[in-house]
Amino acid sequence: MEELRTSEIKLPGEKSESETFQYIVIKLGNEQYGIDIRYIDNIVRMQHITRVPKVAGYLKGVINLRGEVIPVMSLRIKMDLPADEITKATRIIILKLEQHGTIGVIVDEVKEVVTLSTDEIEKVTYDAKEERNSFLSGVGKHENELISILDLSAVAMEK
Amino acid sequence: MDVNQYLEIFLDETKEHLENLNAQILKLEQEPEDVDTINEIFRAAHSLKGMAGTMGYKRMQALTHDMENVFSEIRNGTMKVNSNLIDTLFQCLDALEEYNNNIQETADEGTNDNQQLIAQLNEFLKSAGKEEPAAAKEAAPAAKPENDEANEKWKEIKLGDSERTVLSTAKQKGKNIYGLTVYVQESCLLKAARAFLVYKAVEEKAEIMVCNPPAQDIEDEKFDLDFSLIVISDCSLDDILQSAKNVSEIEKVVGAVYEFEEVAVAEGSTAVQPGETKTETAGAAQGPNTAAKTNDKKAAGKPVVNRTVRVDIEKLDVLMNLVSELIIAKNSLVSASAAEGVVNAGVNEQIEYLESVTTNLHESVMKVRMVPIESVVSKFPRMIRDLSKKLNKKMELYMSGEETELDRTVVDEIGDPLMHLLRNAADHGLESAELRAQRGKPEVGSIFLDAYQDGNNVVIEVRDDGNGIDAENVKKKAIERGVITPEQGESMSEKDIINLLFHAGFSTAKQISDISGRGVGLDVVKSKIESLSGEVEVKSVLGEGSTWIIRLPLTLAIIQALMVTVGGEKYAISLGSIQTIEDIRPDEIKFVQNREVINLRGSVIPIIRLSNELDIESSKSPDENLVVVIVKKGEKLAGLVVDELIGQQEIVIKSLGKYITKCKIISGATILGDGEVALILDANALI
Repeated sequence: MEELRTSEIKLPGEKSESETFQYIVIKLGNEQYGIDIRYIDNIVRMQHITRVPKVAGYLKGVINLRGEVIPVMSLRIKMDLPADEITKATRIIILKLEQHGTIGVIVDEVKEVVTLSTDEIEKVTYDAKEERNSFLSGVGKHENELISILDLSAVAMEK
Repeated sequence: MDVNQYLEIFLDETKEHLENLNAQILKLEQEPEDVDTINEIFRAAHSLKGMAGTMGYKRMQALTHDMENVFSEIRNGTMKVNSNLIDTLFQCLDALEEYNNNIQETADEGTNDNQQLIAQLNEFLKSAGKEEPAAAKEAAPAAKPENDEANEKWKEIKLGDSERTVLSTAKQKGKNIYGLTVYVQESCLLKAARAFLVYKAVEEKAEIMVCNPPAQDIEDEKFDLDFSLIVISDCSLDDILQSAKNVSEIEKVVGAVYEFEEVAVAEGSTAVQPGETKTETAGAAQGPNTAAKTNDKKAAGKPVVNRTVRVDIEKLDVLMNLVSELIIAKNSLVSASAAEGVVNAGVNEQIEYLESVTTNLHESVMKVRMVPIESVVSKFPRMIRDLSKKLNKKMELYMSGEETELDRTVVDEIGDPLMHLLRNAADHGLESAELRAQRGKPEVGSIFLDAYQDGNNVVIEVRDDGNGIDAENVKKKAIERGVITPEQGESMSEKDIINLLFHAGFSTAKQISDISGRGVGLDVVKSKIESLSGEVEVKSVLGEGSTWIIRLPLTLAIIQALMVTVGGEKYAISLGSIQTIEDIRPDEIKFVQNREVINLRGSVIPIIRLSNELDIESSKSPDENLVVVIVKKGEKLAGLVVDELIGQQEIVIKSLGKYITKCKIISGATILGDGEVALILDANALI
């Protein structure tokens, strides 16, 4: 995990200063997180999730996305936050990851798309006590707000 | 001449002939005196030679030529079949296969002359005390032309006025006019293709004026075994006859100078230089005409050649996916009409009709994808023979159920695992001759390969009458290699220990041979079969032999399933594994060894409460009658307790994806009519 994370921050950092990436800003509780838009396949409304027995708790089950069966996980449970409260704003973000295939993650709300240049993103320090920080690849600043950038391979990694 | 369009046919036919030769030569070894076998071999070798020659593969032709000589000697009885000869012949077949593979990949036969093999063959020929019987072979076709008179069917061709005119003109210009009749071999499968090759070959040397039956009929294979041509040419008759004879599977070609009543062309009543103009126009007309015909042949060639149409497997996959989509759509329609409370009988009737059509459609598509496993297993007898030599053990392979059909993708994948198991049986399974004698077993070890259909599964068993698996030995090895700890070993049942064989990096052969025992093997077999959604198990009795049982699903995509609910959730159980459904009173449940069982018509069946397995509260109270679905896996039965039955439904199996792999009892998911996902229970994993 360590390797994955460092490589992901370094790569953009090493390139030219002006390089920018787009992130979708989502909310989990009070915090804002950014997800690299290149990995997002789709964003769908909350729907019925079919539970799959005998799997890790954060795996909520599977949904039908246009004829495909997609596993869905709860980001909150994975990050040791209180369980999801389903509201009208709840969305499932469908991620397409090279290593893990297509996965849906449940988020409280999808806010906006922001563009951050690499120099606006700071590395996170690993001495942070909270475990959820280990899912971050950096922290971006956008209009005086902090956006924690999710490290998707760490999110998808099985615990 | 463009032979590329026939390359595929050539490759397929060569493969067929090689398979045939492999099988027949094996048979020949068993029954060296069987005339039918020798004739069959001779025929196959001869066709191979002819085909290779036509396609211009000289090396292949040379090798088959020498093989043919040997076969010819055997046929004439001047040479005896012995084991060495058979070995060499098999090596030749391997070499031919290599040529074929090269051709398949690069359209070129490669540069290996296989001189050594040819030398060996000639050695055999010499030792048989005979020179190369080339002369004899030449004599065979030469002997035939005796009855040419009757065979010269081209004489029966009736000329039209225009043709007569053209021929007359040609003759006046000093060209030769010949009549030809070509006889195709009776055994020829692709008459039209052969005829086309002849047609093309002749066309290079001459201009074909008349064709009987008409070219179109020949293309459509609407001719017996012969067809006749009248041609105009500058070449000699022999030249043309030879080029026609060079096409393989042509029995013979007869021909002579064509005599006919000339018409005085020059006397045309029309104006200037009628002769010249006429010929030109006729020639010009003929030109595009033949060109058009050639094109026609290319287009029309396919359906004639392939009464079975070759289809890319990917196209079938697309078709299969579309059928899946259609079934999902049909299911939605069914549930929508039920939810809307549509009571219109007409709608229901139409939906039922739609259901039967989609089910039939699915079955048809499935059948299209099914191929017999024969294509895979036919190479095994040869392999066992080779192994027998290599291992110095006498063994015999008995196969049954080669006609059992499986999905094409499964058949393609199943070859390697089966080969592993057979090698295993030959190497580890069968004992040495001395040991067999000690144990009072027949000297020749037997290996069986049986395939048969069992419900929705196809079962392939590899059985041997060898030593069986020594569980103690396996345990010792497993501990040695750190696969298990000694403590673990103590508490394991014999069955569990034997299953350790499927553990990665496990090989019990004391000597590492190139046949088996490279540390890869059984674990690869297992993972391969599991990737095909199948399973493999082993039964073994020490001293009596072992049986490896591979169980594969018949279909990979769509199954009939029973929909049930457990604790409010919907699950599907494959109908193929369901035996019966029983209504059981709670007091009928007994305990045996702390497990719940029921006594059903005399047999004691363990019951599995799905609510426990699925970690969910059952929605039924404990004193209600239980709905028990009796499922079977091989001979084992078990009762699955569900809350309610919904009904039978055709479901499309979707994978849960690689992200969810831990749940063994769920084999997949399906999308229901209302768009909801239901999980498919794997009854095999539950038992």
